[in-house]
Parts: sequence; structure tokens; C-alpha cells
Amino acid sequence: MNISRSWLETFLDLPESVEELRGVMDDLGLVVEGMRVVGEGLESVVVARVDEVHAIEGADRIRRVIVEAGTGPLTIVCGAMNFDVGNRVPLAPVGAVLPGDFVISERKMKGVVSNGMLCSARELQLSDDHVGLMILDNLTDAAPGTPLVEALAISPDVIFEISVEGNRPDAWSIEGVARDIAARLGRTIRTVPIATPNDKQLTNDVASAAISTPSLCGRLTVSVLENVEVGPSPHWVVERLTSAGMRSINNVVDASNFVMLELGQPTHAYDARNVAKHHLGVRSARPGEVLVTLDGVERPLAQPGRGLGDTGDDCVIVDGDDHVLSLAGIMGGASSEISDDTTTVLFESAFFEPMTVARSTKRHGLRTEGSNRFERGVDPTLALRAVGRFVHILQESSPQLRWLKDPLDVMGDLPSRPEITIAPGDVEKLLGTAIPSEQVVGLLRAINFDVREKQHHLYVTPSTARLDIRDGVLGRADVIEEIARLYGYGRLERHTPTWPEPGSLNARQRFRRLLRSAVVGLGWNEAWTPTLGNDADFELLSPAKARVRITNPLAADESVLRSSMIVGLLHAWSKNLERGEGDVALFEVGVVFEHPADALRQRLVRGGAGGHEQLSLPPENERLTALLGRASDDASTAVASWEVLARRLGLLDVVVRSLNESPDGFHPTRSAVLEDRGSGAVLGYLGEVDPALVQHVAGDSARRVALIDLDLDVLSNSAQALRQSHQVVVPSRYPSALMDLAFVVPNAINAQDLRFVLATSDPHVEDVQLFDTYRDDNLGADVRSLAYAVRLSANDRTLSDDDVARLRERLLASAQQLGAVLR
Amino acid sequence: MPDLSLNDLDDHVRSVLEEIARLSTIDELVEREPTLLGKRSELQQLQRSLGSLELDERKTAGAAIQEARRTLEDALAKKRAVLAKDERAKALERDRLDLGDVVVTNVVLPLSTGHEGAITLTQRALEDVFVGMGFTVSEGPEVESDWYNFEALNIPPAHPARGLWDTFYVDLGSPETVLLRTHTSPTQVRLMESAVSQNALPIHSVMPGRCYRRDTPDARHLSTFHQIEGLVVDRGITFGDLAGIIETFTKAYFGPAIESRLRPGYFPFTEPSAEFEITCTICGGKGCRTCSQTGWIELGGCGMLDPAVLLAVGIDPDEWGGFAFGFGIDRCAQMRHEIGDLRALIENDARFLRQFS
Repeated sequence: MNISRSWLETFLDLPESVEELRGVMDDLGLVVEGMRVVGEGLESVVVARVDEVHAIEGADRIRRVIVEAGTGPLTIVCGAMNFDVGNRVPLAPVGAVLPGDFVISERKMKGVVSNGMLCSARELQLSDDHVGLMILDNLTDAAPGTPLVEALAISPDVIFEISVEGNRPDAWSIEGVARDIAARLGRTIRTVPIATPNDKQLTNDVASAAISTPSLCGRLTVSVLENVEVGPSPHWVVERLTSAGMRSINNVVDASNFVMLELGQPTHAYDARNVAKHHLGVRSARPGEVLVTLDGVERPLAQPGRGLGDTGDDCVIVDGDDHVLSLAGIMGGASSEISDDTTTVLFESAFFEPMTVARSTKRHGLRTEGSNRFERGVDPTLALRAVGRFVHILQESSPQLRWLKDPLDVMGDLPSRPEITIAPGDVEKLLGTAIPSEQVVGLLRAINFDVREKQHHLYVTPSTARLDIRDGVLGRADVIEEIARLYGYGRLERHTPTWPEPGSLNARQRFRRLLRSAVVGLGWNEAWTPTLGNDADFELLSPAKARVRITNPLAADESVLRSSMIVGLLHAWSKNLERGEGDVALFEVGVVFEHPADALRQRLVRGGAGGHEQLSLPPENERLTALLGRASDDASTAVASWEVLARRLGLLDVVVRSLNESPDGFHPTRSAVLEDRGSGAVLGYLGEVDPALVQHVAGDSARRVALIDLDLDVLSNSAQALRQSHQVVVPSRYPSALMDLAFVVPNAINAQDLRFVLATSDPHVEDVQLFDTYRDDNLGADVRSLAYAVRLSANDRTLSDDDVARLRERLLASAQQLGAVLR
Repeated sequence: MPDLSLNDLDDHVRSVLEEIARLSTIDELVEREPTLLGKRSELQQLQRSLGSLELDERKTAGAAIQEARRTLEDALAKKRAVLAKDERAKALERDRLDLGDVVVTNVVLPLSTGHEGAITLTQRALEDVFVGMGFTVSEGPEVESDWYNFEALNIPPAHPARGLWDTFYVDLGSPETVLLRTHTSPTQVRLMESAVSQNALPIHSVMPGRCYRRDTPDARHLSTFHQIEGLVVDRGITFGDLAGIIETFTKAYFGPAIESRLRPGYFPFTEPSAEFEITCTICGGKGCRTCSQTGWIELGGCGMLDPAVLLAVGIDPDEWGGFAFGFGIDRCAQMRHEIGDLRALIENDARFLRQFS
């Protein structure tokens, strides 16, 4: 909300320093997000009358304008199109210096010399309006040449842009902000003048009002104003509205907006001619009803939206024929809009139920200054005071105005006002600082809270402007927050607590750190690829899998939750390739998602309105996926890297086992599963990326890209990914015997299984390593040669030739059982 | 005159179909395609000759040629698919490698060091500070229900406060019930629930994690981002304790010259709520463009747990109290490494990645 210092100053004396005032507001939680000085540096700007407008040959964006600014006809070249002969506009003559140190000099455009600049409101920093020149319609009397600051009675002012928090309905008004500042500074606020009904005729005689749905509307007041003269607003009203970022429409609408800004009560004026039977009623809209709102949009009413728990309830104002006139508290209808010849006004000032307004606002996508206030809760006692203020302001431009006696005032269900008990010690218990009771009482009373004291307890009834304050234990926290806020957070004592429980990472978090440091040691770089991906990519990657979709994606290619990180990493690698940085290995540690329809195990989570449903959410799986895209990388690199990694992680025995059916995204004949030999758990997969996928993403199917994809849920679980024992083996002090054994082995036998069989065939086998593989048609069909280096030793002696020969037989016999024959 | 006449059209189609059936490689198919169906085909020549016919005849003949063309196109497309599949299968078979056979000692791995990401490094540094202060680290899922992300945190459906978080909804369940978490606070709810069910209060934990908001990315915001929140539930915890923890953290992480302050704010799940600010790390508090001349920059939000949140998870607010705080990991990374535009974090440019250590 934009608040000008001068408007605020009508309510209380402010600190001289703008920075000090800003500090006070910030400290009260009325955070100043921006500050703007207006009306400065305009001394040389004058009012000019447009006398002639001519086209310039060869230019369609600028025109030659002759203006009178008190010194005889001046030629100006101007690019704005929103004015005509007779308009009064601001002129910055040659030599003028505009806000922002912008010096006006003589300029020649398309051969025409311009003797100054006609200005928009933004160029003068009077508002953000920059669609064209600032038209000074209200100043038809001002003589050309009159200084603008004089004609507009501008004095330098500061506009504070305040962010109003959700629990501060009172701060949606100048008066509310003033009250807060006054409470902090220990000052009192001034009341603004209001009018009272000045006509003897009873409102009741000419108009009626009714609330059919009391739950939607707590209070409806209807006033009748006669002899209204619709016209321009006094300049000071326009200036105030402008300072708040609102445009002037006419004196009636302006006065209504003025009161909303100043006191926080949104109101609505209807042209009585278009309100059947001069009746305003409140009810729920019925399905099938339609309203054309002031913005010209046709809005079907009472249609439940997609929002959770949305019943479609719209609160509407109807006339005596039960026709819908407006969407209550949000926007009026076009049919009863105030026009130039309106003379009788029905004026609504009401309290609408906040949640209903909030839901309608969301459903219709229609956020207005009125709805912003109603959805937070407008002070229900404000309704008629606001009308008094409205009439007071309108009277200045419509002096014949008559306000009929005894405005209608119908009550519905108003929120009850809680009484909150603050026991001695409560404030200190929550804040950690003891604040004397008298001071607490003083602070609360300064913001219009009623406080009763009895036996050291405080019984607090919040101000009617603070419908955010709850009841009971919740309200106690709300009230103590108010005390803390007004006292000043900065003055509360600080204390750093300690507790006996030690801080720590859990096993999985420690494992994740180890894993990252291990892969970094392999030369891989950590990437961060999108969680939300492109449907086509995942269709290609996993055509058989259901995709988890986003209902409201920001972009079409970010509409699917990833089921794998392969595609994202491939894109990242491919982009580096384009940049000439393709010699890179990338990894990512992240979560991938599975559609519940495909999931073996459901993830059931409490949800729905009130948390009454069981929802099946996509199971999440944390993985480490690495894409090795350096020039020399291929499936063998993946295997070798894995072996290094497995040792670093202290894994006991993981078999690299080829697959008949490769996982999505993997090369169908160059991939393998990582299987824990002991538990049988699948720790992940490795191999190469499917060449078709490389072709799709990088446009190059010939380039081999190695891939490792590890399941962190399994890997971090030491019951699934078995770890080496903490107990170590002290190597024998006696020399080891070495022998090489080459076998002819059927293709179906895994080389690592054979290695395992050899390694476990006798306790004297210290180590077995594969050192050669060899394929030749002469060996036979579907077989290959596998050569192992075997190291044998004993703890208590040097092995004799006989020992070695015996062990060799044992090794061969074990191999034989697996189908491996010595070559 | 073309060699092919309309009367021979059926025979011609038959013979071309036979030829298509005989094609054995993609290369061959590509080579023959222009003659079989393309510009140099007999069908095309016949088409060109139609100009000399009467209108009626021309229509009939045109339709017949179109029909023939479609038949041949279909056959060619099918053949192409069969051959492509076949060739892929052959190529894959030639490529076959039993990864169990890889002789690891023969593989030469490139010798170089890699780099962990900026977020990882920053998150680790933050975790280490908090672990040192006595916190554990907790994690939770990224796809959440509306209950955990909103309602249990005192933000009922259609509450205007839900508008504070631009939410990505997931197309599962009833509308707006499944979503990408907009903050790590659902992990707080889960943590409190499990502590209650296991009778394991108090809680002193931080929860780092990835969150999502439906905001168009710019230099200072990404729609995917990382947060770290803290939660303390214990007896006798006050707002003064919260301020003290924030101050201790600020000095430990940012350095002894950096101070913290709290100012009133609003979050539905805390009461009193506060924004916490730290001395501007750019100017050291003197005032600069980054801090809008105030000397302070906003880091995050915090507050005392709202009793409604405690009640929702079954904790007695008269016995237990606590506080929560939270701020952006990405923002800390941005400050530490002086990353002008956060979008560099998701570009994954190797030249960028190699600078973090």
C-alpha cells in the first residue's frame, strides 16, 4: 500500500526525519519496501494551453504543437497523442531541470525546433502514469504560465510503499498506520471531520435493505444521497488518490476510494435510477446467474472452482427485483455504475464475511482494493463513520448534496469478539522478557484493545479493527505478539539456549557426503538439472511408464516430474558439447519420482480438506546418476570407475552382471546391474547411454557416453549394500605364491562369479584378479577365455610347491563346478 | 508419352511393392526411393501427363494415382521402420559387451578432480554450523499433500495466505491436494508427528531441502530452490532464545562482524513472527545499493510456533513451546560466491562448475 507522508500527517505529528519515520514503520512490521519523493524539482514547470496541433512531414510518431505558456506562442515537438487543442498540460521550458537531473534544452527533430517538453505525470514523478501527457483538466481556470506547483498546490511529499502483512487488517488504511505509529511514539491521533445526515426525510421512506444470508454479511448499511452533482474531484482529493496510486474517475467514485484508503472501509455507490425499488439486498448467488462487472467482464456466478474446498459460494448484492447488482465487496456491476447525470445515489457500506470474499476473489481471478480489505476483515463498526467521511468529502464538490436521515443499518452474523486472558508470567514465558503490566496495558490500549485487570490477570478484548486476533490459547499468542511488536523486538532480551542432546548427521547423511567426495575424486562435476521436464523426452526414455504431471506448469517443457536424471544430465552434457566443453563427466544427486499407478509400494499420505483423506503420492527415490561424456569414456570406464567407488565406499562384494533387459535409457547390449552378492539387492545400473537417446538429445549416435545410476535408498542401507567388516586382516609376513590361470568359460558364466568362486575356494587364496579376456572362434561357440592372476599365502609359513600344486587343483575343481575349463 | 499408362497402374503398383519387399538395407532404400516413388518415378511421370486429359477423366485418373501413391508410401514407411529396427538390432549386437568381463586394470581413467556444486557446498557449511550448535538434520519428500504443506501449518484451504506461495500442483487426487512443497516446513510437521508418536520430544533439528514455487525465474529467484529451516520444540523456549540462536548462527556462519536483528513479520505458522535481517555483507552495514542504503539485508523468516500448529500435531502448547526459522540456501550461495545471476546455477556450464571447491 502506498502512503504519503502528508496524508499520514493529518492524523498525527510525525518525526521530522523521513529515515526515522521509515525506521519506526519497519520496526512495527509495516515494512517500507520503497520510498519516493514527489513534487520536488518542479519549480520551472508551468501550465501551458495547447493552441494548435500539426503533423510533421515524414514523421508519424511526433507532432508539432503550438502552446501558450504566458510568453507568447511556443513551438514544441511532442510524441504523446492523448491531448488536443484546448487541453492544459505541463510544460518544462528550455532550461528547466526535471526530477532526476534531467535538463531540458532546445532540440531539433525532423527539422522542427522544440522549445521545451510537454510532460507526463511520470516524467514529473507525480505518479506512475506514462501513457501520455498529464492532462490538467481540473485547471481550466489556471492562466497559461502559472507555475505547476502553484496551480496544483503541490508541496514536496514522500510516498512510502508499505507491505501489509496478512495479520494486519488495520494497516490497510492511513488511519490504521497512523494509530500504530502513534502507539509506538506515545502520541494520540487526530480524528478527521465527518458529516451527518442533513435531510429530514427518513431513508426508510425511499429505500430498503435486507440480508437474506446472515452468514455472508455481518452488517449492511444503505444511505440515500440526493441532489448529487457528478463532476471532477477537488484537486487535493485527486492528489491524495494519486499518491496512493489510484486514478481519479469522478467526485463520487473518488470520495469512495478516498475513504477506503483513509479509513479502510470499502464502499460502493449505485445510481439509484438503476436499482429497482431502491432496495439493496444481500444473498448467495444462484447457479445460472451472471454479472457483468465494471471491468466489462461477464462472470457466471455460483460455479464451484477447481480450488480445494470451493463450494462456489458468491455473495452478491441484489435490487428490489432480485437482480444481481454487484459481487459483494469485490466489484460493482456495470448496470448501476455512477454516470455523469446521476443525481441520486444509493450508498452501500457493509461488512462481508472474509473467507467468502477470499474464495470469490480467487475463483473469479478478480483482486481489487476492496477485496484486499474485506478478505482480511474490515472493522464492522466503521460502516457509518465511513459514510460520514464520504459525504464530508463529496460535499466540497457537490454542495447541494442531501444525505437522508437515519441510514438503513441491517445486521447479520458478525464475528464474535474474544476475551483473552493473559496470566501473570505469560508474556515473559513466551518472550523471555518481563514487561511491566502497566506498560503492557498502555501498549494494548494505544491500539484500541480493551483491557480489564483483575487479580493480576489481564482480560483483553481486541480492537474491532483486528479480526485476525483469535480466541483462547491462540489469541494469547496473537496478543503477546502485539505487545512485542509495540514494545520493539529489538528491545527484547536475547539468550542462546543449550540442550543436552548432541547435534549430528544421521548415517544416510554421512554416507551421502562420503559418496559425493568419492565421485568428485573420480573427476566428476556436480550438476543441478531440472526436476520438471519435457514430456517428449520422457516418452522417448520410458514409453511404458505413466508420467507424473504438473497441473499448472510455467512452461510446456516443464510439465512432467522426472522419473530419471539421465535426460537432464544428457541435456546438460550436450550443451557443454555445444560450448566446446564436452570433455566432462557430470553427476547429480537428486530425487526421481514414480507414478503411483506404476509403483510396487504405495506412498499413502494424509491430505485433502481437514486432512481427512488418504492420498497416494508418487514414491520418491534418491539416486546418484553420473554421465561420463569425456572423449575416452565408454562402458569400460563406467565399470572401472564403479570398482574404485565401491572400494572407497567400503562395499563388501558387488557383482557387475549383464542384463538381458536393460533399464530405460541404457544401451541395450552394454549395460549391467550392480547386485550385492550377499543380499541380492540391486544397488544400481551402469553401462552406456542408449545411442538412440544420445542421437535424440545431442544429435550424435556414434559418441559413446558412459552412465552410472545408483540407488541411494539401497546403497545407504547397510543391510542391503553390505559393508566390509571393520575388522581388518593383517597380511601374512611370508611371501605369497603367484599363479595365472586361464579358463575357457561359457558366455553365460559371469567373470566376477568365477572370480568369487576362485577367491573363496580356499582360505589360502589371498586375492584373485581378472587380467585378460580373449575371444576366438577356435575356442568354441559361446565361450571366451578368462585369465586370472591368483595370489596365495599362509599366515604361518611360506607355501611349499606341494601346497601350491594342491591349491591349484582345488582352484581348478571349483572353477570346473561352474563350467570353466582350464585352457 | 510416359512408359506407364493408366491401364498398367495396378501392375505397376504390384511390381513396386515387390521391389520394396526385396529391399534389405536402409541405404538401399534411400537410394531407390526417388525412382520408386519420388520425382524420377514412373508414377510421377504419369501424373505429369494428366494435363492433356479432359476434366472428368483427369479427376478419375488423379484419384487412382493418389491411391497408388498412398499404397506405395505406406509400404515404404513400414519397410523403413522394419529395416531401421533390424539395423539397430544388428548394430547393438555388434556392440555387445559383457561388463563383467571388463579388465579393470586395463582401463585408464582420466586423472582429474571434480567439483561439488555450489548448493551442496553451501548446504554442508550451514549444516556443519547447526550440527555444532546441537541440531540434527532432517529430510522429507518433495511431493507433498496439501495437509503437510498448508493445513497443518495453520493455512486452511482458500485462506488468503496460501496466495503467499505460488504453488505447483500435481495432477493426482482431487484438485490442489497433491503439490510440490513450497517450503521445507512439511518436514517440520512430519518430524513433530513422529516425535509425538515415538514419545521423542524435544526436537532440535534443521531441515534442508529442495522446494518449488511457480515463479518465473530471474536473477534472484529460481522456481526450484533450496531452503534450510530449523525447528526447536522444547520446554521453556522463548522468543529471546530464538533471537539468541539466530545471532549465534549469524556470527558462526557469516563471521563475527555480522549482526542480526528481528523485525515483526507474518507467517501463519508462527506467532509472534519475525523477519530476520543481517548486516549487509557487501557494505558491512554502511549502506549500499544491495541493502537499499539501510545497512541490513533480509535473510529469512522465523517465529515462535503458533499454538495451532502444535495442536494440529498433538503437542500440548501449555507444556511445550518452540520456534522455527528458515532461509534460502541458494541465497547464501549467491552471497558467498557473488553469483550475479542465480540462473547460472542451473546452466551446468563446466567452466562454472569447475570453480567450486
